[in-house]
Amino acid sequence: MGALRLVIRRLLASMPLLFLTSALTFVLVSLVPGDPARTIAGQHSTAEQYRLIRGQLGLDQPLPVQYWNWLTQVFRGDLGSSLFSGEAVTSILQNRLPVSLSLILASTVVSGLAGVALGLLSARRGGVLMKIVDGLALFGLAAPPFWLALLVIEVFAVTLRWFPVTGYVPLEEDPGGWAGSLVLPVVSIALGAVAIIAKQTRDSVLDTMNRDFIRVMQANGFSPRSILYRHILRNAALPIVTVLGVLMVSLLGAVVFVETVFAMPGVASLTQQATVQHDIPVIQGAVLYITVFVIVVNLVVDLAYVRLDPRVRTS
Amino acid sequence: MKTTSRLLRRPAAVVAVAWLVLLTVATACAPLIAAHGPLDQDLSHVLALPSASHPLGTDSLGRDLLSRLLYGGQPALLAVAEALVAHLVVGVTLGLVAGYLGGWADTLITRVGDLLFALPAIIIVLVVLSVFPGNLHAAMITFGVLGSPGLIRVLRSRTLGIRQEMYVAAARVCGLSDAQILLRHVLPRLTSTVIVQAALFSAVAVIIQAGLGFLGLGAQPPAPSWGGLVADASQVIDRDPWMLVPAGVPLVLTVVALSMLGDAIRDSAVESWSVSKLATASAPPPVAKEHAEAPVPGALLSVRDLTVEIDGVPVVQGVSFDVMPGETLGVVGESGCGKSVTALGVLGLVPGNGRVTGGRVVFAGTDLTASPTELARVRGSGIAYVSQDPMVALDPTFTVLSQLREAVRRHSGANREQARERVLELLAMVGVPDPEGVAGRYPHQLSGGLAQRVLIALALAGRPKLLIADEPTTALDVSVQKEILTLLHTLQRRTGIAVLIVTHDWGVVATLCHRSLVMYAGQVVEQADVESMFVRPLHPYTAGLLAANPHRAAHGHALTTIPGTVPSPREWPVGCRFAARCPYAGDDCRAAPVALTGPAPARLTRCLHVEELVSEGARL
Amino acid sequence: MTPRPLLQVTELTVEYGQRHAPTLRAADGVSFDVRPGETVGLVGESGSGKSTVARAVLGLTPVTSGRIRFDGADITHANRKTRRALSARLQMVFQDPYSSLNPARTIGQTLAEPLLVHSGERGKPVGERVAAMLERVGLPAKAAERYPSQFSGGQRQRVAIARALMTSAELVVCDEPVSALDLSIQAQTLNLLSDLQRELSLSYLFIAHDLPVVRYLSHRVVVLYRGRVMETGPVDLVYERPAHPYTRALLAAVPDPDPRIRTGRHDEPATPRGASQPTATGCPFAPRCAHVVEICRRERPGLLPVDGVPGGASAACHRAAELTPTGNGTVARAVAVGRPGNAHMEET
Ligand SMILES: Nc1ncnc2c1ncn2[C@@H]1O[C@H](COP(=O)(O)OP(=O)(O)OP(=O)(O)O)[C@@H](O)[C@H]1O
Ligand code: SF4
Ligand code: SF4
Ligand SMILES: [Mg+2]
Repeated sequence: MGALRLVIRRLLASMPLLFLTSALTFVLVSLVPGDPARTIAGQHSTAEQYRLIRGQLGLDQPLPVQYWNWLTQVFRGDLGSSLFSGEAVTSILQNRLPVSLSLILASTVVSGLAGVALGLLSARRGGVLMKIVDGLALFGLAAPPFWLALLVIEVFAVTLRWFPVTGYVPLEEDPGGWAGSLVLPVVSIALGAVAIIAKQTRDSVLDTMNRDFIRVMQANGFSPRSILYRHILRNAALPIVTVLGVLMVSLLGAVVFVETVFAMPGVASLTQQATVQHDIPVIQGAVLYITVFVIVVNLVVDLAYVRLDPRVRTS
Repeated sequence: MKTTSRLLRRPAAVVAVAWLVLLTVATACAPLIAAHGPLDQDLSHVLALPSASHPLGTDSLGRDLLSRLLYGGQPALLAVAEALVAHLVVGVTLGLVAGYLGGWADTLITRVGDLLFALPAIIIVLVVLSVFPGNLHAAMITFGVLGSPGLIRVLRSRTLGIRQEMYVAAARVCGLSDAQILLRHVLPRLTSTVIVQAALFSAVAVIIQAGLGFLGLGAQPPAPSWGGLVADASQVIDRDPWMLVPAGVPLVLTVVALSMLGDAIRDSAVESWSVSKLATASAPPPVAKEHAEAPVPGALLSVRDLTVEIDGVPVVQGVSFDVMPGETLGVVGESGCGKSVTALGVLGLVPGNGRVTGGRVVFAGTDLTASPTELARVRGSGIAYVSQDPMVALDPTFTVLSQLREAVRRHSGANREQARERVLELLAMVGVPDPEGVAGRYPHQLSGGLAQRVLIALALAGRPKLLIADEPTTALDVSVQKEILTLLHTLQRRTGIAVLIVTHDWGVVATLCHRSLVMYAGQVVEQADVESMFVRPLHPYTAGLLAANPHRAAHGHALTTIPGTVPSPREWPVGCRFAARCPYAGDDCRAAPVALTGPAPARLTRCLHVEELVSEGARL
Repeated sequence: MTPRPLLQVTELTVEYGQRHAPTLRAADGVSFDVRPGETVGLVGESGSGKSTVARAVLGLTPVTSGRIRFDGADITHANRKTRRALSARLQMVFQDPYSSLNPARTIGQTLAEPLLVHSGERGKPVGERVAAMLERVGLPAKAAERYPSQFSGGQRQRVAIARALMTSAELVVCDEPVSALDLSIQAQTLNLLSDLQRELSLSYLFIAHDLPVVRYLSHRVVVLYRGRVMETGPVDLVYERPAHPYTRALLAAVPDPDPRIRTGRHDEPATPRGASQPTATGCPFAPRCAHVVEICRRERPGLLPVDGVPGGASAACHRAAELTPTGNGTVARAVAVGRPGNAHMEET
C-alpha cells in the first residue's frame, strides 16, 4: 500500500539526481585537456588510426549526442570499457563493489549499534560518560580517516600483529579472513561516525525524556523499561535515522581514503585511480554506481521514516 | 562587541583562538621560524627524532618536518579559505533568499539543494580533479559549493523561523521596509549561526584538503603539503612511527580548535541577550515552624510539609493538605507559584533535575515518601495524572489502542484480547463517540477535546482512587472545556474518584471543586471550602485574585488589580511573601515568616491582618 | 447619530492555499466597522478566523475579496508605501509577549523603531519620547537599556503596547493581548488599555477567546464561527440576550465563578463535535446546533437584525427571532441604543 507507492514515488523523484550527476560528469569530463583517443592510439599513431579510434569512441560527435549514446548504452547495461585495461567497466565495478559495500555496511552497522548504545548509556548515566562521548566525538570528527588508519595499522597490525596490515579477503573465500580484514578499516571509518551517532542519540533521548507524554506515562505507572525502550527510543529514533542516512553517504569520503591506505580493491579507490589515469568510462561508471547507492540509501531512510513515524504514514 | 568579550571569557574558546592564531602567524612567517628550507635535504639525519636543530624530526630524505609543516600550511590555509568563501557566498545568499522570499524561489532552491545534498561530494571533487589535474583551487571551490546545501538548509529554516516571529510582523506593522527588517531583525540573528557553520565547515575543509594531498592530488612532491606529510609518514610507518605525530597532530588540533570555537560561539551568542544566571543560590528563605499535624483520619491523600527543590533552590516549601475520598480539591494561583510542582511532587516526579527534599506524602495510609516501591505501585493504580496540553501528552508513535492497552495490562495483567475490551470500555466511559474507530487512530489524528478524553481514559486504566489533573482544560476552547469539566463531574459521580485539580480559572474552581487551596510563591496561603472562599476570602491575595477576574467587573469601571508580579523563587523575602503587593502590609509582616493560622473553623490563612481584611471587605 | 467609521470591513474573504489540501477559507464574507474611540471585540473558538481578520486589516495577509477602508480610504490592497504612511495611525499588539519583541534588541531600540519610519513628525529627541512612553505604560525609563528577557510577560506586553503608541495611533488591533498573562497581570493590562483609550481616544479591534474579558473591554462584539459572522451587536445586548445558538453555546460554556450557580444559566446542550461537516450551502453551525431544522442544511442564513431596532444585534440564524430569550428586553434595548457606559450587571 502506502510503502510501495512511496518507493515508486521516491524512485521517480530520484531520476533527476541520476541525470544531474551523469550529465555533470559528462560535461566535466568533456573538458578534460587530454584526449582519450590520443592516449589509446599511442604517441606514434597515424592521423588515420587516430581518427578511426575517435570514431569508434564516438568522440567525433557533438556532446549532447555523445551523452545520449552513453545513456542508451547504459540502459542496455553497457558502461563501455576501461581505456587502460580494456576490461568492461561493468565487470570491473562488479568485482569491486563487494569491497566498498562491505566497508560501508559494516561501518554503518557498527556506528549505529555502538553509537546508539553509547548514546543511551550517556543519556542515562550523564556525568563522566557524557564528557567522554563529547571528547570522543570531537576527536573522531577531527582525526582525518587516512591518518587514523595509519595510526591503527601502527598499533594493531604492526606492533600488536592482531590484524593484517592491508588487503581484502573476499567473503566467499574465507568468512573469518573477511571479517579480520575489515576490522581495522571499519574502525578507522567508524570512529567518528560512532561519536556522531552517540551524540545524536543522547541529545534526542534527553529531548524525548523531557516531553510531556513521558511524564504522563511515568505518573500513570508505565514500566520504566517500557518507557525507555518502547517509547523514548522509538521517538528518539527519527533524528538518529536521519543522521545515519546522511552519514552513510558521507562515509564514502572516508572510504576513498581508507581503501587507499589498506590497499583494498574497492569502488572508491578505483575512482581515485581512474582520476589519476583519466580513465573516463571508469569514472562515469563509478559515479553512476555511487549515485545509485545514494538513492538506495535515501530510499531506505524514507522507508524507515514511514515505519517509525505514523504522521508520515497516515498523511 | 558584547559577544566577543563573552566569547573570550570561555577557556575553550581562548585556547582554540590561540591555536588558530598561532598556526596562521607561524605559517605566514614560516621563513622566520623554520631554520631549514622545506626542501633542504640532510641525508645524514634521515628519519631523525626531534632534536634541537630539527624540533619535530626529519623525514626519509632528512628534510626538516617543522619547516615542511609550516610551508605546507600556506597552501592548506589558502585552500580552506577558498572553500569557505565559496561555501558562504552560495550558502548565505541562497539560504536567505529561500527563507525570506519563500514561494517559488524557495521551492527551486530547496529542490536544487536537496539534489546537491545527495551528491557524494568527495567523488565529484575527484572528477573535478581528473579534469583539472593538480588544481587544488578548483577542487576546493567545488567542495565549498557542494557543501553549501547544508548551510542553505540551516539558514533557510532559521530565516523562515525568524520571518514568522511576531516581532517581524510587528516591524512590518511599524512600516519598516524589507531591507530594514533584514538588516535589523534577520541578519543579526543569523550571524552567530553563520559563524558556527563556517567554523564547522572549515574543520571539514581542513581534512579534505589534507586528504587530497594524501592521495597525491594536491601539491606535487617535493612541494610540502599537510596531506603529503601523512603520505610520507605512511611510507616509513614500519621504520619510523614517530613521523605520524608531527604529520597528524597539528591537523587534529586545528580541526578540534575549529569545532570548539564553533560551539563556544553558539553558546555565547545566546548568552549575550538571555538572562544572565544569578551567580549563586542564596540560602533558602526560612519558613515559619508549623506543627505538621498527623494525617486527618480517613483522608485519601495527606501531604505534610512537602518541600521541593530545583537546582538547589526551593520552589515549593512546607505545603500540607488533605484530599478526602471522592472529594475535588482545587489548587489555584498564578504562574510560577508552584502548583504543578506540588502536583507532580506528590507522585515523586519533579521536572528538570529537581527533587523532593522534605515532607511526607501519605496515600491510603501508606507513606509514599518512605518507600519507592510503594510509590511506583501507587502511580496509575492509586493516583493517576492528566497533564495540561492533551496534544502532546500521548506518544505520537503509537495508536490510542496500543497505549491504552499497555496501561490496562500493566495494571491488571489482562491478556491482549481482554485488555482490548477494557480499552473500548474505557473509551466509551469517557464519552468517546466511536471507541472502535478512535482506538485505531494515532494521537495526531485526534482533536484537542478527543485527545483529552483519551488521556483521561489512560489515567483511569488502573482504576485509581485519586486523579491529579494539572490544568486539564487550559489548552482547550471554551465549549470543549465545558465538555471536559462535565465529563470529570460525571466520572466523579459514577466512580467516586477524588480529584486534585490545578487551575488558575476561578470558574473551574466554582464549577467543580468542593474545597480549594490558594498557593503563592511556593506556599499555601489560604485553604477553605469553595463557597466560603468566594464569599469571604481570608487572604489578601485570594481577595485580589477574585476581584481581578473580569467576569465580575462592569464595563467602564477599572478592574481591581494586585500591583507588581509574583516573585521568583530566588527573590522570596524573609517575611510574608505577598508583602510587596499587599495593601495591608505592615512592618510586622516583613519581619518574620508568617505562619498558617485557622481564624475560623475549617479555614486556614497565612496572614497577620485577617481582621482588617474582613472588616474592610469592600476595599479589595 | 453615528460618527463615520474609522475602520470599515466589508465582505472580507481570505483564503489560504494549502499544499496537499483544498484551499482553506479562513474568513468568509466578514463585515463590521469600528468607530472612533470605540472597542469592537472579535470572539470565537480557535480557528474561527479572528487572527486572520486582524492580519488582513494590517496587510499582513493577502485579501481574496472584499474591502477594507481606513478613515474612508480603501486600503484592501494598499502598497508598501501607503502601508508605511498608514502605520503611524494603525497599529497592533500581539498575543505572545515573548515572541513579539526581538530578544536581541533592547527595549529602547524596539520602541524607537516606529520613529525610524515616521521621522518627519519628530519633536523631542527619540530618547525622551521613549522614556516618556515607558513611563506612560508604567515602566521605569531606564528599562530602555535592557533586553526583553529581563522582563516578565506582563511587562513585555506593556512594552508592546508602548511600541504601538509611539506614533499617534488611532486604531490599535489587539490580538489576544492578555491571554498569555496571569489573572492579576491581565487585570493590570486591561486597565492600562482602557485608560489609554480614554486619554488618547483610541479605537481598538480587540480579539480574545475569553468572553468575560471581551465583555469588559468592548462596546460592540462580533462573534465568528468558521470564518463567518454569526452574530454582532452591542456587547451587553449580545451577552444578555444571545440571538444565535452558537453565541448561546459559547456563553453557556464559560464556567461561572460563582459556586452557588453550579449549573450554567443558558443551559445549551453541548453537543460533542461530531465528524460531520456542514453542508456547503447551509448554516455552518448546523452540525452542532441543537435547534437545527431542515432549512438550515439547505439555505445559508443571512446576517439580519434580530428585532428590527436600529443599532441592535444582528444574527445569522433562520430561527433567531423565535429562539431569542425574551428576557429583560427593555433594559437590553436601552443599552443597545446609547453607548454602553457604566452599565448594569445583574449578577455581581
Ligand atoms: N523544569 C524546571 N526547571 C527549572 N525550574 C522549574 C522547572 N519547572 C518549574 N520550575 C520552577 O518552579 C517554580 C514553580 O513552578 P510551577 O510550574 O509549579 O508553577 P505553576 O504554579 O504550576 O505555574 P503555571 O500556572 O505557569 O503552570 C517556578 O519558579 C518555576 O520557574
Ligand atoms: S501577612 Fe501582611 S503582607 Fe502578608 S498578606 Fe497578610 S497583611 Fe499582607
Ligand atoms: S440556522 Fe439553524 S442550524 Fe444554524 S444556528 Fe440557526 S437554528 Fe442552528
Ligand atoms: Mg503549571
